[in-house]
Amino acid sequence: MPMTYFIAIILVIGVVAYIIGRQRAAVHTGGAVKQHSRPHYHAWWAFLLATVPALLFLIVWSVGSSVYLERHIEAQLPPQTADSAVPNRSLELGLVRSLANGLRRLDAATLDKLPATFAELQPMLVAKGVALAPDTQDYMIPVAVETNRASDGLRLTGGVIGLILSLAGAGIAVRGIQPRTRARNNVERIVLWALLGSSTIAILTTVGIVLSMLFETFHFFASVPLTNFFFGTVWDPRFAAAGAGDSAGQFGLIPLLAGTLYIALVALLVAVPIGLMSAVYMAEYASRRVRSIVKPTLELLAGIPTIVYGIFALVTLGPFLRDLSAALTGGTPFIQAQSIFTAGLVMGIMLIPVVSSLSDDIITAVPRAMRDGSLGLGATRSETIKRVILPAALPGIVGAVLLTASRAIGETMIVVLAAGVAANLTLNPFEAMTTITVKIVNQLTGDLEFNSPQTLVAFALGITLFVVTLIMNIVALYIVRKYREQYE
Amino acid sequence: MNIMTEQKLEQAVGASMTAKTNEVIKMQGRKVGVFYGEKQALFDVELDIRQNQVTALIGPSGCGKSTFLRCLNRMNDTIDSARVTGKITLDGEDVYDPKIDVVELRARVGMVFQKPNPFPKSIYENVAYGPKIHGLARTKADLDAIVQSSLQKAALWNEVKDRVHEPGTGLSGGQQQRLCIARAIAVAPEVILMDEPCSALDPIATAKVEELIDELKQNYTIVIVTHSMQQAARVSQRTAMFHLGYLVEEGATDKMFTNPDDKRTQDYITGRFG
Repeated sequence: MPMTYFIAIILVIGVVAYIIGRQRAAVHTGGAVKQHSRPHYHAWWAFLLATVPALLFLIVWSVGSSVYLERHIEAQLPPQTADSAVPNRSLELGLVRSLANGLRRLDAATLDKLPATFAELQPMLVAKGVALAPDTQDYMIPVAVETNRASDGLRLTGGVIGLILSLAGAGIAVRGIQPRTRARNNVERIVLWALLGSSTIAILTTVGIVLSMLFETFHFFASVPLTNFFFGTVWDPRFAAAGAGDSAGQFGLIPLLAGTLYIALVALLVAVPIGLMSAVYMAEYASRRVRSIVKPTLELLAGIPTIVYGIFALVTLGPFLRDLSAALTGGTPFIQAQSIFTAGLVMGIMLIPVVSSLSDDIITAVPRAMRDGSLGLGATRSETIKRVILPAALPGIVGAVLLTASRAIGETMIVVLAAGVAANLTLNPFEAMTTITVKIVNQLTGDLEFNSPQTLVAFALGITLFVVTLIMNIVALYIVRKYREQYE
Repeated sequence: MNIMTEQKLEQAVGASMTAKTNEVIKMQGRKVGVFYGEKQALFDVELDIRQNQVTALIGPSGCGKSTFLRCLNRMNDTIDSARVTGKITLDGEDVYDPKIDVVELRARVGMVFQKPNPFPKSIYENVAYGPKIHGLARTKADLDAIVQSSLQKAALWNEVKDRVHEPGTGLSGGQQQRLCIARAIAVAPEVILMDEPCSALDPIATAKVEELIDELKQNYTIVIVTHSMQQAARVSQRTAMFHLGYLVEEGATDKMFTNPDDKRTQDYITGRFG
């Protein structure tokens, strides 16, 4: 009996407990003793007590039993030696497991007189639509049969215990319904735990991501010294030589970091003034009608996928700027088709709605009393904006700019297409440079072995990027929070 | 600062037969109506504001007294949907005349708001804000003098003279409100409008602000909106009673509080409605 049946039965028990609980609690309504909780709280409590412990048990049980099964299979397999038919233990376990799954498709009669060799078994499985790897060995067949038997037994035991738990929970909850039972507090406590659990998931995921990157980064630094990575000025990973032990390539972070920061700077130089001024216009000058049209349109820009911006830069803007510069000098173009300037410009356009939307919120959050106070003293609108509103909103705007900057640093698709992949170290904004994100994409999209430094460097780059944006976000949040305190 | 031309004086006096010879009409509303979108909030208000006197506007919530106050320095312009009809004059000049610059008008008719709203700047910067905008001080010493005298006039100087460069938001509520009054005075206005200036203050701070208002009327014309009958009685010489967007009755404060003509005024003053 598959696990889903047990889960369904447990849910049915929960629903029944809900209905019974509700009825039993309703009996007390209007009695001599004032009821502590309203009937639906009793009902929910009965439902939760019937389902939650049982389901949690099933989850733990199935995780535990799969671990146990793995040990169980491994114990029955012959010990791994250099001349084993299957060279790798985990590969061997995988073969047994898929064989066991295949056997489940066969009917009982066939299973009773199972052939002893895989050569005879294979056609029977193929007839059922099961294709198995050809290096499945004969000795695996009895192991697979035993595996199926053990896992069936485990599953049945777990399911029955789950059902007993569920019934017991329902019974305890329904019997416990008294006028003064604090069902509401119980239900609310469980809801609280559920909310806490949800918020923990995000944190745990972050921790998981960081840890997984960190371990790969350690592997990378085992083959490349820290100083070569952080202070190296040459990026030359030598793909061609990957795997050859003597030439590890050069993994200098500096050109990439410089490219990342340079492009982000150009993008901010475009996005911040334009975004800020459009925010001032929308928050302070625009009539309601104009605002209702302009603001959603501007935010539409934020909805365009970044790869589309990248295509725009690659196909339209880059060649246009190159031709324009060629026309200006009358011959040789001084702006390359792929350049920091092009990438920064397009990324800046992408970031305009981010800046303007955040700043608009911050400017509108400046209390009306500030505007009135200034206007009431005979200040003009622009004086009010310059001298009162922007200073009051400044910390928030700085926070918004930093948040925008960390987006610019993390942006990938635009720079892949618009800035090129050449890891130069230059100050000329019209030349190609590349960024950390582009190189991560580059290093991971080859078909290299996963444990070569050429691949592992992606994790070191990733964690560097993570740390840089994390610091910017922390600073931004700190500033925004400080700003909030001002009016409270 | 309030020297009027002979002609203007005559005009102003002529405009209202109720003014005594020693009283000058500073501001005047004729058939003032205000619309917020389609809804009319104020109907045909006729009111004179006398120079160097305190005029109190009273009435239940939503009666239009704040709306009228905000017409006097065109603060209603900042509300998109608001539209003002009728005529309001300052020294005989129509304040809604297109030739009048609203910025200049607001420098002449200052405003203090219900909730103290100091800018998140230092005390000094708060007071210096207006003079800087209007270029009233040529040198730093001039500015210092304006700030000091404004704070003195607002009876705040002694409390803050050692910390004028600390943030204005760090003061207590009553001090903040006096700071806002100092800020308004610093621009050297002729009229000061006060929209329930004490409603966010405790009784002690209220007493200080009221005392201040009484002193300020020597040099300024003051219009105050208040919900407190006692306050209107204490600080004002003239009282105007609003109800449902209409001016019910206007007259000398003594008379209004002892022997009002209108039943609604009597009911309101004695606390029977509103």
